[in-house]
Amino acid sequence: MIEGRVWTFGDDVNTDVIMPGKYLNMRNPAELAPYIMEGLDPDFARKAKPGDVLVAGKNFGCGSSRETAPAGLHAFGIGAVIAVSFARIFLRNAINIGLPVLECAEAARALAGGDRVTVDVTTGAILDAATGRRWHAAPFPETLQALIREGGLVPYVRRRLAGGTR
Amino acid sequence: MGMTITEKIIAAHASRAAVAPGEFVTVRVDLAMGNDLSTAGAIGVLRKMEARRVFDPDKVVIVFDHVVPAKDIAAATMLTAVRAWVREQGLPHVYDEGRQGIAHVVLPEQGFALPGDLIIGGDSHTCTYGAVGAFSAGVGHTDLAGVLALGETWLKVPASQRFVYHGTPGRFVMGKDLILATLGRITIDGARYEAMEFAGPAIERLGMSDRLTMCNMAIEAGAKSGIIAPDDVTLEYVRPRARRAFTPYRSDPDARYAAEHEFDVGRLRPMVAKPFSPDNVVPVDEVAGTRLDQVFIGSCTNAKLEDLRVAAAILKGRKAHPYTRLIVIPASTWIWQQALREGLLEIFSEAGAAVSTPTCGACFGGHMGILGRNEVCLSTSNRNFVGRMGDPTAQSYLANPAVAAASAIKGAIAAPDEVL
Repeated sequence: MIEGRVWTFGDDVNTDVIMPGKYLNMRNPAELAPYIMEGLDPDFARKAKPGDVLVAGKNFGCGSSRETAPAGLHAFGIGAVIAVSFARIFLRNAINIGLPVLECAEAARALAGGDRVTVDVTTGAILDAATGRRWHAAPFPETLQALIREGGLVPYVRRRLAGGTR
Repeated sequence: MGMTITEKIIAAHASRAAVAPGEFVTVRVDLAMGNDLSTAGAIGVLRKMEARRVFDPDKVVIVFDHVVPAKDIAAATMLTAVRAWVREQGLPHVYDEGRQGIAHVVLPEQGFALPGDLIIGGDSHTCTYGAVGAFSAGVGHTDLAGVLALGETWLKVPASQRFVYHGTPGRFVMGKDLILATLGRITIDGARYEAMEFAGPAIERLGMSDRLTMCNMAIEAGAKSGIIAPDDVTLEYVRPRARRAFTPYRSDPDARYAAEHEFDVGRLRPMVAKPFSPDNVVPVDEVAGTRLDQVFIGSCTNAKLEDLRVAAAILKGRKAHPYTRLIVIPASTWIWQQALREGLLEIFSEAGAAVSTPTCGACFGGHMGILGRNEVCLSTSNRNFVGRMGDPTAQSYLANPAVAAASAIKGAIAAPDEVL
């Protein structure tokens, strides 16, 4: 269960603003954390706190495939990203590394910066305790749910290799 | 029911007779591509996966392109780790400094990306290889590690949108203009999670360089892949360089599309994407006169030999404006050498350009042409997001190499017919 403050962003937030190119050769995610969302708000990492929730419009994470974008958000401790929709590569990357992502247009449109939400990333339930508003993110297809249950791609591949399937 | 070329390639790699959009399938890959950055990321993930060997060294291509020659100490450290891993794995297909190029230009050029292939690469512009009739999609470095370990990955079969181009483009109208016009119409998420299939008489007349440019920017509409069915132009390009046998596919006449779009390229002007999105597209004439601090001719999108020839034909005997920096970065070592032999590099240098060895560099704000505060650039690359090429206050316009060359001479955005 995640509980945090909402920070809102618009449509088509690209990975260049989530994690600018100058940080691409940093390999340790912890080093990336101070720079998240720098392209849109250079002070974001000083204002936000671990557990906080990003809420955005359509096509979140479009553009470059850089995994430093979700890795930076994850290392910072961003609790979840709720969006109307996600760009394909960002969605795969987030699921692979265990950054909770929820597609829920209703919540994404209703929530405002400063709201506090509780997110159950396993069920997709989103609750605004102050007002009692509730939403439910669309469940991911079974293939992705299985990957999420397993803890991401690393444990999945490790199990496959250990099982001798390759 | 008929299938699209994309569905046929995915079905063949999933050992299925047929697949339909929305299905999840596991596919075998013919080729896995890692660049310097994504390979560095994947190496750490492979260790966590306890994967000691790549699935098949012959099906892996590693291309150093983003930060070569090492742009700083962190990059040097990273490149050292990639080189050590490549040697430990005994990988045969490695393009390091001196042979380097931008992966998306190197793979087709060196005969790795072939019709009917299923290719996964650790870079968003991996969709470029659709130009040879391959299904090809970009992933992050964890997915790349998974592919390197297993030789397979999961895919959601994408719905396809068909883009049909009619007419004969005018002088200085290139593949870049067709794809920019397309992005302007369907916008930055107009093909999200879908395949873009380019077809029609204007595509059939297009050379491989322009086709590569078009498929390269499919990701700019959110697409998983871009593709053009192989024809005589493709086969003429592919046959002399193919490293393996290959299987060309075509869409069935009764294949289903999520949407179909028609374009008349006969009336198309050279197009420009204004800051801060590649879908913010207008004809060049609407922004002509915009002062420029820098012109960048480079990137996986538009620094192929044909692109350099177009730019050089305009720059020959002329000079870049004294207040405008011109940077030319050929996309591969082979192109660099060919441009040297043809005298193109001399033309650029005489025009006042800084000409460098191949790198993605300036395109992603990494090195070799970073923009400062409030600077304005016109670039032949693919993205102009806030901060993409440097300072967040800098602005980038995207255009074809002819517009770039003309604009460098004028010191301001210009249509090529203005300077010739």
